[in-house]
Amino acid sequence: MPHDVIIVGAGPAGLAAACRLHRSGITDVVVLDREQWPGGVPRHCGHRTFGIREFGRPLTGPQYAERMIRRAQSVDIRTGVSVTKLQPDGHVTITSQQGVEQIAARRVLLTTGARETPRAPRMVSGTRPSGVLTTGSLQQMVYLAGMRPFDRPVIIGSELVAFSALLTLRHAGIKALAIIEPGSRITARRPCDLVARWLLGIPVLTGARLVAIHGARQVEAVEIEQTGKRETIACDGIVFSGQFVPEAALIQTSHLELDRGTGGPVIDQCWRCSDPTYFAAGNLLHPIETAGVAYREGAAAGASIAASLRGALRLPDRRVRIHVVSPMRYIYPQVIANSAPPPNGLMFNARVEREVRGRLTVRFDDEAVWSRHIHALPERRVRVPAAGLAVTQEGHWEVRLDPG
Amino acid sequence: MFDVAVIGGGVVGCAVAQRFAVGGATTVLLERGSDILSGASKGNSGLLHTGFDAPEGSLELRCMRSGYAEYLALRKELNLPLIETGALVVAWTEADLLKLPGIVATAHRNGISDVHQINARDLSVREPRLSKRALGAVVVPGEHVIDPWSSPLAYAERAHAHGAQIRRQCEVTGGTFTGDRWELETTDQLVIARVVINCAGNYADLVEGINRQPSFAIRPRKGQLVVFDKAAHDLCTAIILPVPTAKSKGVLLARTAYGNLLIGPTAEEQEARNIATTDEAALRALIEFGRSVIPDLEGCFVTAAFAGLRPATQFKDYQIHAQPHRRWITVAGIRSTGLTASLGIAQYVAGLYVENFAPLGDAVAETQTAVPNLAEVNPRPYQQVGHGEIVCHCELVTAGEIEAALTRPLPARDLGGLRRRTRCMMGRCQGFYCQWRVMQLASPYFAENPVRPHAT
Ligand SMILES: Cc1cc2nc3c(=O)[nH]c(=O)nc-3n(C[C@H](O)[C@H](O)[C@H](O)COP(=O)(O)OP(=O)(O)OC[C@H]3O[C@@H](n4cnc5c(N)ncnc54)[C@H](O)[C@@H]3O)c2cc1C
Ligand SMILES: Cc1cc2nc3c(=O)[nH]c(=O)nc-3n(C[C@H](O)[C@H](O)[C@H](O)COP(=O)(O)OP(=O)(O)OC[C@H]3O[C@@H](n4cnc5c(N)ncnc54)[C@H](O)[C@@H]3O)c2cc1C
Repeated sequence: MPHDVIIVGAGPAGLAAACRLHRSGITDVVVLDREQWPGGVPRHCGHRTFGIREFGRPLTGPQYAERMIRRAQSVDIRTGVSVTKLQPDGHVTITSQQGVEQIAARRVLLTTGARETPRAPRMVSGTRPSGVLTTGSLQQMVYLAGMRPFDRPVIIGSELVAFSALLTLRHAGIKALAIIEPGSRITARRPCDLVARWLLGIPVLTGARLVAIHGARQVEAVEIEQTGKRETIACDGIVFSGQFVPEAALIQTSHLELDRGTGGPVIDQCWRCSDPTYFAAGNLLHPIETAGVAYREGAAAGASIAASLRGALRLPDRRVRIHVVSPMRYIYPQVIANSAPPPNGLMFNARVEREVRGRLTVRFDDEAVWSRHIHALPERRVRVPAAGLAVTQEGHWEVRLDPG
Repeated sequence: MFDVAVIGGGVVGCAVAQRFAVGGATTVLLERGSDILSGASKGNSGLLHTGFDAPEGSLELRCMRSGYAEYLALRKELNLPLIETGALVVAWTEADLLKLPGIVATAHRNGISDVHQINARDLSVREPRLSKRALGAVVVPGEHVIDPWSSPLAYAERAHAHGAQIRRQCEVTGGTFTGDRWELETTDQLVIARVVINCAGNYADLVEGINRQPSFAIRPRKGQLVVFDKAAHDLCTAIILPVPTAKSKGVLLARTAYGNLLIGPTAEEQEARNIATTDEAALRALIEFGRSVIPDLEGCFVTAAFAGLRPATQFKDYQIHAQPHRRWITVAGIRSTGLTASLGIAQYVAGLYVENFAPLGDAVAETQTAVPNLAEVNPRPYQQVGHGEIVCHCELVTAGEIEAALTRPLPARDLGGLRRRTRCMMGRCQGFYCQWRVMQLASPYFAENPVRPHAT
């Protein structure tokens, strides 16, 4: 017998969805996670940057995870279960202590999260010594295993997570030598850099590009280029931070449609994938949002799944595509199903590739139907309200950003 | 005192040591690195070549042919995989197309008689994702993919199981020949052996200097490679080779035993013998090239990038000779086909030994010699009932596999060695999810513990 719902990933998005489903009276829900503990990424973020919206107070990641799990007490959460393949009609292949099995559900929700881009795909020149980590692995080494991987690392990138890396290092008694950011300003919001500089005494080098890594066994130095000049910084570790990508390997090897822009699955306004038995939410959809956003999305997707199980969500006979062009990087939902009215307050979420001041325009069959002047920065949310747009109408929808 | 001291624990040294140990000679393998595979054999394309394009009449061709045959004969016993992909030498220009009949003719003269030419239409049936610019191809059914790390490990463990000693972190720094034996100075203790076999890869000329003025000079030739994630694996079936130029064999695309797709290698001469750096521009050019061959690679994710150094010399052919009066055998210049040829080289070297020094017999294995399987085509532990904790999610590596790699006869003693024995941290996330757990399990076993506890 198929379950009502299988949820892949017991992070904030998956747990929020499970809770919402239970509240809607759908209890045959199984949450699968390949780790030994539920909770997702917050399990290893030791600082108080979680929970304001969901629990009304700042919590550390582990506290936040614990609260979510308590809230999901009645949910069947199975850890140590890896999902290895997705097939049409809600059939998924798993491996656990029982070996490889096929299980099925009437609906499957994918909430597998996102991870940072490690060194190799960044194509950095130089040797390949040890001491090169991402923030995620640094956090787990420090907070879960009490390890001190190096003494004098540099941090590459300046998204919010880079400052998270700084706090993690501080917790382990390690002082970073510098934050190295190729852009002309930091990616995270100010005053992160001021905090780094004045409170922690760590220089933030903007306009600085990492050009090579040196060191035979352990990292010995990084070579950076800043305003045309090369400089070598002696260090014993490198933290590659940010440049998140969805953990979408399951999607890439499945029948589900993948969006090149986000790197995650294509979804409609009801969180449905191209195969409508599959839904997706959380950071799998988009690099990257906070845990609070993932949690809210998970709850919304849970509500949508409940509606679809009650028969209140019709299958679309048409899906209208929303296109974006450079310098827009991505938008989601990527499609609008004509079978359901867009929910009140539906927003398209988008990102830009680089800093642009200009006019953000929604065009329908080459006619501007909405526009606004914006100043967009990389990794900052750009929102386009769907209200007032007849987005279920068939035609060529395009969201563009023209500098000026 | 040993009958034989093999200097260098690359794939060649491991295969040679195994051949002598199986032949009943008391054997010691001396490797300067903290693990075997510290040199050229650490990173290669993982192809088992037929020798279809090797120089006619060369020692290289002879060793590749016999090495290929012995691999097929031995692999079941050692639990080594064979991914029967075949290869296609693809013509992209009219000039390339004119060269295909010559490639077929060479292959036939080299004894590989199933090699044949196909037209563009048949090519696109075989490889539908290949760029439509392809004009035709030569099919080489016998070119296959193997596991470049498990093979030499299996040879070394087989040597060990037949009584050979494997000494790591043992660099040979000098030696004296006393007329009937060698006294080798090492960074460990003195090693005395009746015959020395120099398999020192990129250091072979320096090691040769212990014995005599070397007759060759090593000119390391770097090869950079890009590995794409598993979603790209199915984009082609066969190994896609270019028509070679006078200068180089060119860049190929091939599946790996681990379920990825690989592009490379480059060919760049350099001075340094032990440092193989990657270079952003070269890696991007490889990816660009890959997309020109298979357009659907656009949008596929890169999992890893690495570089290896081929131990080339000024000569095209292998430099393998015995000096009977010095009780020394040189095995050098195993440039770009050593993974394939290693077992054949070992046979040839054993022949030189028997001819010049002493007979070899058959020893009985003391312990089981099969190695854990890392290839996707064969069953892996994560699929089994009661497999325990999965530590590395990208490559589905269990705690049991990590434990085994740390406690087998030739255990991993650093992270690189552990990665090569299990594939842990080799996947798309490169340790984002699992490095902490891998280090937690493994660091107690490592000589140089790279992580220390912090105070809080
Ligand atoms: C290093 C780092 C620091 C961060 N710091 C903060 C912060 O301070 N504050 C904040 O608000 N946000 C932070 N974030 C972002 C926040 O963690 C995420 O937004 C949030 O965890 C996303 O929730 P999610 O449910 O989408 O995914 P995740 O939390 O990533 O959960 C996904 C779950 O899916 C499981 N999974 C994946 N694939 C499979 C599979 N094939 N089979 C079974 N299970 C699978 C994983 O094991 C994981 O438990 C940080 C993120 C990172 C990486
Ligand atoms: C990018 C690339 C791709 C390739 N692809 C393929 C392929 O697909 N198929 C194929 O068949 N071949 C391939 N090759 C070729 C193959 O990898 C080599 O021919 C082979 O690895 C050479 O092995 P070796 O044992 O001679 O040298 P090495 O592996 O370099 O071994 C020599 C060893 O000697 C040790 N050593 C050196 N000096 C001393 C000393 N003084 N004391 C003790 N130890 C010492 C070194 O540390 C080293 O471990 C490729 C090579 C490269 C670089």
